[in-house]
Formats: sequence, structure tokens, C-alpha cells
Amino acid sequence: MNENYYLVLAAILFAIGVAGFLTRRNALLIFMSIELMLNAANLTLVTFADALGDLTGQIMAFFVMVVAAAEVVVGLAIIITIARSLHTASIDASSWLRR
Amino acid sequence: MIGMTVSLTAITFWVCAPIMVVLGFGMVLARKVVHSALCLAGLMVALGVLYASINAPFLFVAQLIVYTGSVMMLFLFTMMLIGVDTADELKETIKGQRVSAIVIAVALAGLLGFTVLHAIVGQSGGLSVINNAAGGNAQAVAQLIFGRYAVAFEAASALVITAALAAMVLSHAERLTPKERQRERADRRVRQFASDALPVAPDPAPGVYARHNAATYPALLPDGTAAPGSVAPALEARGQAVLAEPALKLPAQSLHNRLAAQATELDGQPRLMADLPDAAPALTAKADDAEDQEAAK
Repeated sequence: MNENYYLVLAAILFAIGVAGFLTRRNALLIFMSIELMLNAANLTLVTFADALGDLTGQIMAFFVMVVAAAEVVVGLAIIITIARSLHTASIDASSWLRR
Repeated sequence: MIGMTVSLTAITFWVCAPIMVVLGFGMVLARKVVHSALCLAGLMVALGVLYASINAPFLFVAQLIVYTGSVMMLFLFTMMLIGVDTADELKETIKGQRVSAIVIAVALAGLLGFTVLHAIVGQSGGLSVINNAAGGNAQAVAQLIFGRYAVAFEAASALVITAALAAMVLSHAERLTPKERQRERADRRVRQFASDALPVAPDPAPGVYARHNAATYPALLPDGTAAPGSVAPALEARGQAVLAEPALKLPAQSLHNRLAAQATELDGQPRLMADLPDAAPALTAKADDAEDQEAAK
């Protein structure tokens, strides 16, 4: 089994996340795309850990998970706060800060 | 033995990878946010399976618990709070953004894919030896986390606690009006009874003394009529509430008629209470109406 295929899969997933991040206008979907990109990076780390015989990659993936969980909690709290006043999750609506 | 392990890993990969790519496209392309979230949850499960197949069982479990268990449920919870049916706006706010975004994504996938295609050279392996030396993957990871990376682990725990506090502070909304508690509610009811003669007691529940305890049957007053306010207004507005009076009175009346007949047999002379109108024709008329409605449908 050629382990480079895992890296290619991670690259594809990362690109899908980038596409979702750039095309969708819903704040929740943008957050999910970021999660997908983080997961793709995690897959790369775990693959290299396996390929190089070094557990440090798995530790890094673990810390990425912890930080991602914290990031999601804060981000969703902000989305809820904005949605409570604007009644929408669209990121285009948040330009009211400019006015 | 080695060959079999490798082929099992390959099978896992070739089963999971297409599923993950399809679910990823589903996440980006789905109109509704809920469908996107479910696609992402499935993708994360498949990713966890891949972790398990490449010597990372601890991360497999962590992935299931942290990502599909908490993060995705947090997403669904947020969706419920701000409205599940918030479909994405399809209007482009920046001209040509979508096309350029797709071009960028495809270019990035090509670039990354070709870059990493030969990144790993040589035979894989060695990690299972490390795992087995420590007595398992979880033990090996734990030795590193609580050994070399203990400080980073503590910092991560501080980060997570701070994030929990931040979520509470950010999503907290101050009450604009004082909350009405039991004492205030009782006082208000008595005041309204004094001023507007509104009932002090709560509204009767649907189905009290009625022939059926379904939510569509109103509570009955002593004279057999429907108690106002005992059926939810939405059911009344939809026409689902059973408010036809003769139908409501029918069970009590038939019981009454039977008792009256028994009394007549016993006493030899009829008692009172026979002045209630016969409700049976009304009920059959109602049944006919229902049949007509069925036929109309």
C-alpha cells in the first residue's frame, strides 16, 4: 500500500474545504469547511507519523483537535450572538459594522 | 502476515476514500446546512476509520468523540438555535467569485496532490513496533503527552477552559424584563380575577370529562358544552378540534338515556332528563360529512 495515496486524499479534502470556504455564504458552512481543512491536515500528520515511525505526528494531530474544538466553541458562540441580533447566519449581513 | 496487513489497509483506504470524497462534495454542494453537517459527520467517521487503519487507534476514538460526538453536535445545536431551514443565499455578492473559487480549489488540489505524490519514499512501518513496545498506541501517546509535551498539554487545557468561559460570556443574553415567577403569576391571576373576572385556576386540559383524552377533544363543562380555552388555538385554527356540540354530548346523553330506561323499567314511570335532544341524527350527519370530505379528497 503506497502511503502517498493518503496524502493525495488529504490534498483533495483540503481543496474541497477551500472550495466550500470560498463559495458558501453561510457562516456555519464556512466553519464546517474550516473543520474539513483541519481534518485534512490531521490526516497528513497521522500518515507521516505512520510512514516515518514517529508518534509526534499523532500528538500534533491530537493538539490540532483540541485547538479546533476550542475554536469551534468560540466561533459558534459568536455566530449565535450575531444571529440573535441579525436573524441570519449569512456572512454578508455582517457588513452592518461598516455602516 | 505482513502482506495480509498491507492489503487490509489498502482495502480500508479504497473503501473509505471514495466515501470521504463524495461526502466532501456533498457538504459543499448541499443546499441545506443540515445536510452539509450530516455529510461532514459521515466524512469524519470515515476519516476516523482511516486513522484506525494506520496505527492510530487512540486518534480514531478521539476523532469519533471530539469531532463527530461534540463538534458536529455543537454545529447541529447552533443550527437549531438560529433556524434549521436557513438555506444558503445563492446570489453572488462578488461577481465571478464562484468560478474563481472553483478554479483556485482545483488548482490547489492539483498542486498539493502532485507535490505530495512522491513525498513518502521507502517502506512504511516502525510505528507498530513503538506502539507494541509501550503496550499499545494509547499508552505510547500518553507517555509522550504527559512526558515531553506535558507543558503543551497544560496550555491546551487552559485554552479549552478559556474557550468554555468565552462561549458562556459571548452567548449570554441579558434579560430585558424580569422573569415572572410563581409568586408574581399568582398575584397577577388574582388581580385579573378582580378586574376582569378572568379565571384564577389554570385553563382546563383537553379531554377532561370528554369521551376521549386526545388533544383535539375539549374539556367538557357540567352541561356538556366545550370549555373555552381547553384546546390549543392552533388545533382550533386548523379545524382539527372536535367542537361539534351534539357529538360531544352524545356519550353522556346515551348513558343518561340508558339510566332513564332502567329507571322506567324499575319504577314503571319515566323520570325527568328526557328533555335532551336526540343527538344520534346529528352524529350520523357528521359522519356523512366526513365521508363526503373523504370522497372530495
